[in-house]
Amino acid sequence: MTLLVITICAVAISAAVNRRRTARGLAKGWLMLRKMLPHFLLILILVSVFLTLVPQDTLTHVLGQQSAGMGTVAAALLGSVALIPGPIAYPLAGMLRESGVSMSVLAVFITTLMMVGILTFPVEKEYLGIRIAILRNVLSFIGALLIGFVVGGLL
Amino acid sequence: MKSIRHIPPGYILAIAVAVFLAIAHLLGIEAGQRMAGTLYTFFVEMLILIPCIFILIGLLDVWIPQEWIKKHIGDDSGFRGAVYVVLLAMFQGGPLYGAFITAHLLWRKGCCMRNVFLYIGAFSTLKIPMVLFEVSFLGWRFALVRVMAALPVSVLIAETMAAYTRRAGLQLRQLDDHN
Repeated sequence: MTLLVITICAVAISAAVNRRRTARGLAKGWLMLRKMLPHFLLILILVSVFLTLVPQDTLTHVLGQQSAGMGTVAAALLGSVALIPGPIAYPLAGMLRESGVSMSVLAVFITTLMMVGILTFPVEKEYLGIRIAILRNVLSFIGALLIGFVVGGLL
Repeated sequence: MKSIRHIPPGYILAIAVAVFLAIAHLLGIEAGQRMAGTLYTFFVEMLILIPCIFILIGLLDVWIPQEWIKKHIGDDSGFRGAVYVVLLAMFQGGPLYGAFITAHLLWRKGCCMRNVFLYIGAFSTLKIPMVLFEVSFLGWRFALVRVMAALPVSVLIAETMAAYTRRAGLQLRQLDDHN
């Protein structure tokens, strides 16, 4: 909602300053949107299929395993694939913490969730190119594990 | 006539899913209803979010002068340029795919590769709205340690990506949106 307000204000101010330039900007935005639309549609569908096949209790169950090693692996894989918005992911992580899941598992889950995006890959490759997008995801995966271990080691 | 290969997979899949949902609805399959539910939630979110992102990107595109980007976060911007992109990323919100759109705009305007990837890294790990959520659900100690670990890791990833793309002669994808 905030974004909607910001956007409306931005368009209004921009139009007040220079109407022609604003029209050019909007046209540019529209062209870019039209080009990317099928890729966003693809993400939308992939996310819905994923969340349908893997409901929230399954996530809780898989991450809350007794073995810390398996928990970490599961967290890294789930976090990489899933696209869960912060407002859902953090309460989920909070619940997991209450039920005794280790800090490093939570950190790995949160960080891979934020940094690695398998489901958003269709959009990422359009902007970065396939090779760069793959490398970024691989490095981010390693980085996320690193962050997870630091958090787990210190807390 | 356009062959089917020219239709983007996103559209084909969308039609397939629509057909599946319609059949599931008629037959009363429970998974279909659950999927329609999640689809609807995300659809509403993206319906507002994505047009807004592209409108703002379009406006930034015509208002931000190229020399300005080049000077402050371009090739010779050094440490200060890195600080700028990290701050820029921190004061944003939203999903990761939004970052790619902005990062690509910055790159087109002359932002150097290291700063492009630093921006994406900081966006994914250091966004203030996200950290606030983190503090309230996992505690400030968790958030603090994670942020302190994420910053150097993001810098390391950005430097590696920049070095790799320079050596391999790679650039981001050229999007000709001017036709």
